[in-house]
Amino acid sequence: MAKAAKTNRPTLDELKEMYVKMVVTRQMEEGLFPEHRAGNIRGPIHTCNGQEASAIGATAVLRKDDLISTTHRGHGHMIGKGVPAKGILAEIYGRETGVCRGRAGHMLMADRENGLLGTSAIVGGGPPYAVGQALAFQCQGSDRVAMSCFGDGAAQIGMVHEAMNVAGLWKLPVVFLCEHNMYGLTVHSSHQSPIADISDRAAGYAMPGVKVDGNDVVAVYQAAAEAVARARRGDGPTLLETKTYRMVGFSTTDIGGYQPEEELAEWAKRDPIKRLRELLGKDLKVEELDAMDEEAKGIVDEAYDFARTSPVTPLEDLYVQEYAVTEVTHG
Amino acid sequence: MDELRYAEALNQAMDEEMARDENVILIGEDIGIYGGVFRVTKDLQNKYGKSRVRDTPISEQVIAGLSIGASMMGMKPVAEIMFADFLPLVVDALVNQASMMNYSWAGQVTLPFVLRTQGGAGAGAAAQHSKSLEAMVTMIPGIKVVMPTTPADAKGLLKSAIRDPNPVVFLEHKLLYNTKGEVPDGEHLVPIGKAEVVREGSDVTIVATSRMVIESLAAAEILAKDGISCEVIDPRTLRPLDTATIVASVEKTHRAVVVNEAWRFGGYGAEVAAMIAEEAFDWLDAPVGRIGIHDLAIPFAKPLEEAAIPNAGRIAEAVRATLA
Repeated sequence: MAKAAKTNRPTLDELKEMYVKMVVTRQMEEGLFPEHRAGNIRGPIHTCNGQEASAIGATAVLRKDDLISTTHRGHGHMIGKGVPAKGILAEIYGRETGVCRGRAGHMLMADRENGLLGTSAIVGGGPPYAVGQALAFQCQGSDRVAMSCFGDGAAQIGMVHEAMNVAGLWKLPVVFLCEHNMYGLTVHSSHQSPIADISDRAAGYAMPGVKVDGNDVVAVYQAAAEAVARARRGDGPTLLETKTYRMVGFSTTDIGGYQPEEELAEWAKRDPIKRLRELLGKDLKVEELDAMDEEAKGIVDEAYDFARTSPVTPLEDLYVQEYAVTEVTHG
Repeated sequence: MDELRYAEALNQAMDEEMARDENVILIGEDIGIYGGVFRVTKDLQNKYGKSRVRDTPISEQVIAGLSIGASMMGMKPVAEIMFADFLPLVVDALVNQASMMNYSWAGQVTLPFVLRTQGGAGAGAAAQHSKSLEAMVTMIPGIKVVMPTTPADAKGLLKSAIRDPNPVVFLEHKLLYNTKGEVPDGEHLVPIGKAEVVREGSDVTIVATSRMVIESLAAAEILAKDGISCEVIDPRTLRPLDTATIVASVEKTHRAVVVNEAWRFGGYGAEVAAMIAEEAFDWLDAPVGRIGIHDLAIPFAKPLEEAAIPNAGRIAEAVRATLA
């Protein structure tokens, strides 16, 4: 297994930006639960509480014209890639101003302008088309990169293996970000995989397999930077595994009971936001840290207001034609 | 206008579209050096290179994924799924990914890819390499499904499919590859969504797809000797279906028989029969006849296989039943 790079250290400004995005993600998601209980939003909601460093650190190294594809647990990737919280929340509220006009909902979002193409709630459904995006970049002679985000659960499905195999074979510019959060739905990863580290499988696809502490945003950033640089220069894919933990249930439908208290308590000590705040505390005053929290809160509050006050998607959206008439070529 | 084999007509369509648009690429199993197990992509890798004509691993799910991802970023992949029997492996990508992206993402992407495959019985290939599974894809909104019978339509529809901004599943038939017909040179485009009346008649409408069109035309010849006049319609596009042409014919003949090589129960023929019953009920003088392959695994032994597949005799019998 390749060692994570020690270079590519994020600047203080980058760390601050990542901190704000991690807090935005956390606060935005925490706001969803009471709204769901109150019946103001519908459908199952999946959050990445505890996994923010992985999502934000990995996406921080991407350019605007790079792509991410993510899963039902993808709010962090979206915020990290630059999708506005307003558009995300409006989508979750089923509003016309949502990134997909309320047609997609929380599990299936896309935002082409900001490089989110797209979200799949079919476990393992994203990597096959992410390699297709990378194939397009390779054919076009572009140095764009496709980052495919999925979890340790998806790593067990055949099509993900097929995607990694062809990516390694053709040296496609794709980064496979496997966020190992220890649970596939309710079943611990040790009951789903005979190996502890998904990145060990990279050898079988002739690509580097890199394992990092997924709750350490600096480590994730550095490893992702190296993987993205490798893809960008045409040297092919990387399987980057971030070791993290899902601090909440699978979704709003989860009644819990399978995550041991001791395990939760242990991982709570490694909270990625707390850790980054401590790191930033070496360079910044408490007031400066608090100001960043306030900045995040402002973004989230404004996004919730925007979503709640936006019009519901009109019924006409149900009656659009079944087929596209012209090809969409932008981006 | 040259006389070409169906496989050659398809090859010419891809050749012309690759020359016309550098975004057109071919992906699939054994399509490169070998030129496809049915030789449909013969010589195209030599002509356009290994980057544009790519042999893939035996990984149908990622062939579908490559098509979706590359097409949303501006490429025009034409993928080959070697046998229609392998369609179940790509239906997930079609039904859960490709079909929702344009609508659910509010028009942010289009997916101009073509997924070619071939089905059909009669080659002694038994239960896993002989099926007609069009119903698995025709039920999916947002996906177009094309099924040409003649070499000319094979070329003209494939060229249209490659230029279409939507995913198109293109269904060929293994027993049609060697059939010959006149094929227009160059820019020959057959519109998707337009049926063809391949034989005019006044007594009964036969709606047949793919190789069953040929069997239906043979049935019409048999019946003509008894003074029964059959109109034979080839939808050519299964979805979106040109219902107007079929309904107009039934309004004239008052009788219809639907002939499809797939299993009858829940098959594509059931959809066509239901459409006729809904839209032409007042004109019908008899129940809509419906013929498909025997509802069992397709058998290997030649007499069994032959008995399972609809043929001109069975079609003629079904036509007579509507007149009884």
